This record gives sequence, structure tokens and C-alpha cells, in this order.
Amino acid sequence: MSEYLPSAEAVIRVLTLQDYNTRVVVLGTGLLGLAAGVIGTFMLLRKRALLGDALSHATLPGIALIFLFVTLAGGAGKSLAVLLSGAVITGVMGVGTILFLRHQTRLKEDAALGIVLSVFFGAGVAVLGVVQGMESGHAAGLESFIYGKTASMISSDAMLIGAAGLLVAVACTVLYKEFKLLCFDAGFAASQGSPVIWLDVLMMALVVTVTVIGLQAVGLILVIALLVIPPASARFWTDRMLPLLVAAALVGGIGAMLGAAASALVPRLPSGAMIVVTMTVVFLLSMVFGRARGVLPRYLEHRGLSRRILRQNLLRALYEWAEERSDGHEPLTPEQASGKAMPFGDLLAERSWSIKQLRQMLLRAKGKGLVEQVLGQDDWYLAPHGLEEARRVVRNHRLWETFLIHFADVAPSHVDRDADAIEHVLEPVMIERLERLLGEEHLPPMPGSPHAVAAGGRGADRRGGVSA
Amino acid sequence: MTLTSLSIVDFWIILAAALCAAACALLGNFLVLRKMSMMGDAISHAVLPGLAVAFLLTGSVASVPMFIGAAVVGVLTAFFTEWVHSAGKVDEGASMGVVFTGLFALGLLLIVQAADHVDLDPSCVLYGAVELSPLDTVMLAGYEVPRAVAVLSVVLLIDALVVLLFYKELKISSFDPSLATTLGINSRFMHYLLMTLVAVTTVASFETVGSILVVAMLIVPPATAHLLTDRLGVMIWLSLVLAVASAVLGHFGAIWIPSLFGFASTTTAGMMAVATGLLFGLAVLLAPRYGVLSKVRHRATLSLRILREDVLGILARAEERALTGHDADRPLERVAGVPETLTTEELREATLARPLSLRMALWQMVRRGEIAPSDGRYGLTDRGRSQGRDLIRSHRLWETYLARHLNLAGDHVHVPADRLEHVTDMAERLDADLDRPGQDPHDAQIPRPG
Repeated sequence: MSEYLPSAEAVIRVLTLQDYNTRVVVLGTGLLGLAAGVIGTFMLLRKRALLGDALSHATLPGIALIFLFVTLAGGAGKSLAVLLSGAVITGVMGVGTILFLRHQTRLKEDAALGIVLSVFFGAGVAVLGVVQGMESGHAAGLESFIYGKTASMISSDAMLIGAAGLLVAVACTVLYKEFKLLCFDAGFAASQGSPVIWLDVLMMALVVTVTVIGLQAVGLILVIALLVIPPASARFWTDRMLPLLVAAALVGGIGAMLGAAASALVPRLPSGAMIVVTMTVVFLLSMVFGRARGVLPRYLEHRGLSRRILRQNLLRALYEWAEERSDGHEPLTPEQASGKAMPFGDLLAERSWSIKQLRQMLLRAKGKGLVEQVLGQDDWYLAPHGLEEARRVVRNHRLWETFLIHFADVAPSHVDRDADAIEHVLEPVMIERLERLLGEEHLPPMPGSPHAVAAGGRGADRRGGVSA
Repeated sequence: MTLTSLSIVDFWIILAAALCAAACALLGNFLVLRKMSMMGDAISHAVLPGLAVAFLLTGSVASVPMFIGAAVVGVLTAFFTEWVHSAGKVDEGASMGVVFTGLFALGLLLIVQAADHVDLDPSCVLYGAVELSPLDTVMLAGYEVPRAVAVLSVVLLIDALVVLLFYKELKISSFDPSLATTLGINSRFMHYLLMTLVAVTTVASFETVGSILVVAMLIVPPATAHLLTDRLGVMIWLSLVLAVASAVLGHFGAIWIPSLFGFASTTTAGMMAVATGLLFGLAVLLAPRYGVLSKVRHRATLSLRILREDVLGILARAEERALTGHDADRPLERVAGVPETLTTEELREATLARPLSLRMALWQMVRRGEIAPSDGRYGLTDRGRSQGRDLIRSHRLWETYLARHLNLAGDHVHVPADRLEHVTDMAERLDADLDRPGQDPHDAQIPRPG
């Protein structure tokens, strides 16, 4: 292992971009990554993420054939411009074939992609086989298009790549509004007089450009990663288009620069693989921590909601228990609440919660000062602070039940469950509207339960029902 | 290269290639039907780190650990893709793209680390080397058999057995996953079973055709067969035949085609992909029902028939204008100055057809004895007259129907009736339904049949 590790001196030289060649290569690749991130975002939103994969594989026969022809004709077959023009020709043919197969045959998109990808690549391999058998044998170097090798890049190549990347990024910025509309509602764009077909062709042309210029840096197998990973990572952080584009561009640009730098340090490491691994790490981090759609924030949000629902259910159970054992329809006073503590066993029977779950919940609620425990007993009652919240929850529940009975013609015996689901998410605005709708007679500070069995809670139903 | 000089080496190469192609194509049918073709691509790329890790752990290129390592990573690819798709809510194509490129890149780095110690060339994984397979042999029942042939035979056998055993389940869950679930078939299990088989087959096929050309064998023969038939059983058999044909064509193509241009032979695997691509291209063009040519021909035949019928209708109307006297007891009278025949130019203006199509239609009609030319003008024969009357009858019945039942205004029924008139076999039902009307909404006589 150690023999691959570069000296500290070399690390500093590369990281500070002291070398002219390294500087150009790293910056050029960075621009490429940036451009790929931007155009890839549009492709992802159009659900065409894998088109780039078929496209990049389809460039191989073009590269091999044009090398063969130009070399036979006595030209400089290895010049980058020549090879890339060959790549463009078969790449465009590949995309055309995919579109043709999808529209003119019964095959679906996935099969069309797979067919073009594998047959074109196979043709490329066959031509490469011929090239390698040639006497002149200067085919070495074509391989770098398959795996990518920034180390073999000379500064003029890097400048070409950087310039093309910049061009793509600028084109996307200029056409931002049109592309955005095309991604979200192509039909609407057409109805607004947008030249949808030409925009689509232009978008494909930009993808072809990025793919072809990306071949040398990343290699044709992995160039798809430049188009897919940055936007897919950025998607975890935001739901808005402009921040999405910026984030994808950043992920693409920085990932590509880091990968190219690493490849410059250790020339035997394929730069494409380094770039893609860097980006994959970013993707995994985004998937876990991403603010908008990440797994962890979503889990936390979900847990918070379900805890709140459990807590409110607990509070309502305690409230209704005390209410049933007090007189009158007035809201419970703290004294009434504390005088009617509910045994743990009854609380457990109230809903389908487990002992462990209920214990944890009671402890958490106690910690927040919502409930109190009768000293030395496993009986629980509402603390003043909890009573306040319980009152609100019970009130919401009963308002909604009343609404269902009076306005939705739901039978009184059926409203409890519906109200149970919605009481936790009723917003103050909604409560206000309900109050206005239901009018005077339902507006005492605490309306009585509109159906017979309410005071006993759900447990009463299960215990065989209590008639009023 | 002729068949007589087919040596034992060629035989083994073709056999290995054919076994590999058949094993892949067999599974590919289900991938294509499940719209998961690209999963084959993803798996075949992603097994690279499996190979590398197996090598780094065992320190040898022994087949068995590498086989297991690659197969495990192959199944993991399917699993990760599903996970990123569902847990991360990422578009399915994109999640596949992220997973397989990430794994492939990781594999490349690992292999480069390992490459100092052993010749574990990534290109070998990518291209395969079926030409070398006869060199590596094992003893089997007293015969010396190339290892690739032995391994691929076993894999093909396993694939065939599993497909036979779970044929019904695979079929239903491919066409209608929700029906499969209601029937109590575990779609998830079938999915991962298929993915496991694909992974195992892919790994076994590396040596023969390489990772990306596995994709060609997985997808292209089944897609070709899909264009040729609607029945799953037939599709599977066809795909197997096509796969074997590609292997044979590929091998001879690799030797023969470069020699045409004075080059040495090229790789069999690459030419196999080209051969299967060519067979696919032929099917796209020539397939009896779903082929592009048959669609074009069908469309052209239909538009010619409609053009012929339009000409008949126009000529029949011209006669109607030229000869008055609709009552049966009065003989027909000729209206002065109104011809009952029309020139080609007049017909072209009336039909708005392209000159070439019209000439073709007129030529066909003369040959069918529906019209007769005289002095550059065309008139109806008896046969054409009867057909023309049928068309007018159909047109006016449809007009009456549209006016009466769809409440279309009288001046709006002509255009839709112009299209519907070609559905002539509805005329009797319309006639009965409308209580045998005598006149259409424009007060024109509806001819009686015959």
C-alpha cells in the first residue's frame, strides 16, 4: 500500500494547484462536473436519468472507427478533437435509435436503452479488437476513454473540456426558464408557444456534449454518474428548482475536482473511479442527512408526530376518565383532575399500546410536567399544564364529532374513530371555522360528548358498551 | 474459413458462447417483460467489487470465492437499488444509476490496488475472452472439457430448472404483479429469485462475453422475440434460438468480416453483440405484426383502399348528377352538359390525393374492373357502379344516423360521415335502426342495396 502513497510534498503541490498542468486539469474537470450536474438535474426531472448511460456506451464504436479510418488515411488518429467527433456521431445515432425504438416499436424505454447500450458497445469492442490487431499497434490510449484517466490529459485537452463545460452551464442558465417549464409540464409549455421539440433536441445536444467531453476524464462506463449522482444528491436537500440546480452544480464540480486531484496524486488510480466514489459518498451523506428528503430528518419528523399523537391520546384518556367521574358539563378543574387518578391498568386497556410504550410515554409526559403520579401508587392524573392541553384536544375531538354528525350525516356511533384521526392535526384556523359553523349551542367552553359512550372512552366500547 | 475447416477449437468456442447466450436470454425474457432490462446492466457492472473483495480476502483467483463474492454483490445491487428508490424516494432509473456506478467505481479502485499482485485486468471483466476458453479445461467423465463450457452448462441447467419450476409464478408476476399478490404469489420473492439468477448467470458469463455484452445477451434476443410473438412460451423458445444463432454468427463474423478488409480477426464477444443487434434490426423491420415495414404497408394499403372508395363515391355522385329520374317507373334521363365521367385531374382535385397515390389507385381499380378509361376520362363499370352506390348508401345512412341520434346539425354531418362511410358493413344495421329512411338530411335519395 505504502508505495502508492504520494509524499506530503506532492500532496501539497497538488492541493494548492501549484503545477500548471494539474491546475488546468483539476479546474477543467471541475467545470465539467458542474455542467454535468446542471444538465443532469433537468434529465433527472424528466425521468431520463439512464439515457446518458446508453449514450456514453454508444460513443465507443465512433471513437474506435474514426481512429481506424484516420490512422489508415495517415492522419493523427489520436487527436482528441478527431476522436470526440467520432464519439458524437455514434452517440447521436444511439440516441436516435432509442427514440425510434421507443416510438415505433412495442418495446419499452428500458429495453431500448439496454439494446442500444449493449449492441453499440459490442460493435465498439469488435472494432477495438481489429484496431489492436493492427501492425502499427498505437491503439493504446483508447482504453482511457473506457475508464477515464485525467493523468493522460494534456492542458489543451483540459481547456477544451473546461470550455465545453462552461458553454453547457451558460446555455442552461440562459434557457433556465424554458427548460424548467419543459421538465414540469411539457404540454403547458407547448400551449404557451414554447418550441418544445427544439428545446428537447437542444437539451439532448447539451447532454451529448457533456457526455462526450466527460469520456476522457471519467470514462464511458462511469460518465453517467456525473449526470445522475449530483442531482440525485441535491434532491435530498431542497424541493425548489433553483437551489436544486446550484446544489447539483456544487456537488458535481467539487466531486469532480477532488477526484481529479486524487488521480493526479496517484496516477495509477483511475480518475473516473475516484470522482464517482467521491460523489457516491456525498450521495450517501445527502440521503441520510438531507434536509428536505433525507432519511434521518424524515424519520425524526415522523417520530415527533407519532409521539405527539400518543401523548395527546394519553391526555385525552386521563381527561375523559376524570370527567366521567365528576359532575356537570363544566371543564374539569385541576382539583377535579387530581382527585380522579386513573390506574395504570385501566389506562393500558384504553388503547392498543404496549406496557413498555405506555410506561415510556408516561415518564416522558411526567418529565414535561403534563401528568402526575399519585404517591406510592401506579395511578396517574393530569397536572395543571397537561390539563390545559387535554382540554384543547378533547374539545377539538368533540367539535369535529359534532361537525360530522350535523354536516356530514355520520351516525353518532361512527364519529369517534374519524375524529380520533383528525383531532391531532386540527389547526386553530380550522377550529375557529368549526366554532362559527356549529353556532351557539355547541359553544360552551367544553361541549359534552355528542354520542352516548364518549365518557368511557374507547375502552368502554371494548368492554361491551355503556348505554347513556 | 469454411465449415469443413471447423476445428475442435471453434466448436468449443461456439458451444461456450451459445451456452452463455442461451442462459442469459432465458432470464432476459422476464427482465424485458418486467421493464427491468437496465437491471441486468446494473448488476453486470456492479459485481466488480465482489470479484475484487473475494480476491483480496482469499488472495487467489480461485473461481469459487470470486463466484460467490460476485453473486452476492449482484443481489445486493438489486437490493440497494430498491432501497434507495423506496427509502430515499429517488427515481428508479436514477437510483440504479447511483448504485451501480458507485459499486463499479469502488470495484475499479479495489482492483487497481490488487493488480500489483495479480493479473486481475478490468478489461477482461469488460470484454471477456471466449477465444481463450478452450485452453482452460477440466476432466469430466473421462473427457477433457473447457471449464467455461462445464460451468455454463450447469448455470443454464439451474436457470432452466428454476424457470420451469416457477414458470406460472414468474409469468403472472411479470405481467400483473397485483394479480400475483392476490393469488398469494410472493412477488418480492420472485423478484429477488430472478435477480439472484441474473447475478449468478452474469458472473458465470464474464469469462465468455464480458460484463457489458452479458447485457446484450440478456436483453436483445428476448426483445427480438418479443417483436415476433405475443405468447410467452414461444417468446422464450425464439429467444433461445436467436441467442444461439448470435453466438454462431458472432464467431464466424469475428473471423470473416475483418479479413474482408485485410485485418486480423476480432473478438467473438463483440461480434456476438453485433450479430444479435443485426437480428434485432431485421425483426424491427420485418416482424410480421409489430415490424416497421408491415406497419407502413398496412397503413399504405388502408389509405389506398380509402382512396379507391373515395374515387368510386365521387364517380357515383357524378353519375347521379348526370342522370336524373329516381323513381323506378320513369326511365333515367340524361342532364344536358353534365358529364358522368371525370378526368384524372378532376379526380385529383376532388380527392386531394397525391398524384402518385391517385395513379396507383386508378390503376388498381381498372385492374379490378371497377372503372373503365376512355379518352383520358374514367367512368364506372357495372361492378364499380354497384360498389359506388353501396358507398353512397353507407355515407347517407351515416349522415342520417348522426343527425338523428347525435343531434348534429345537417351541415355538420358530412365530414364525420366521410370517414365513417368506409365502415360499409354497418349499413344494414343502420338501415334497420333508422327504420329504412328514404332520404338523408340533405334530402338526397339513399340508394337501395343491390
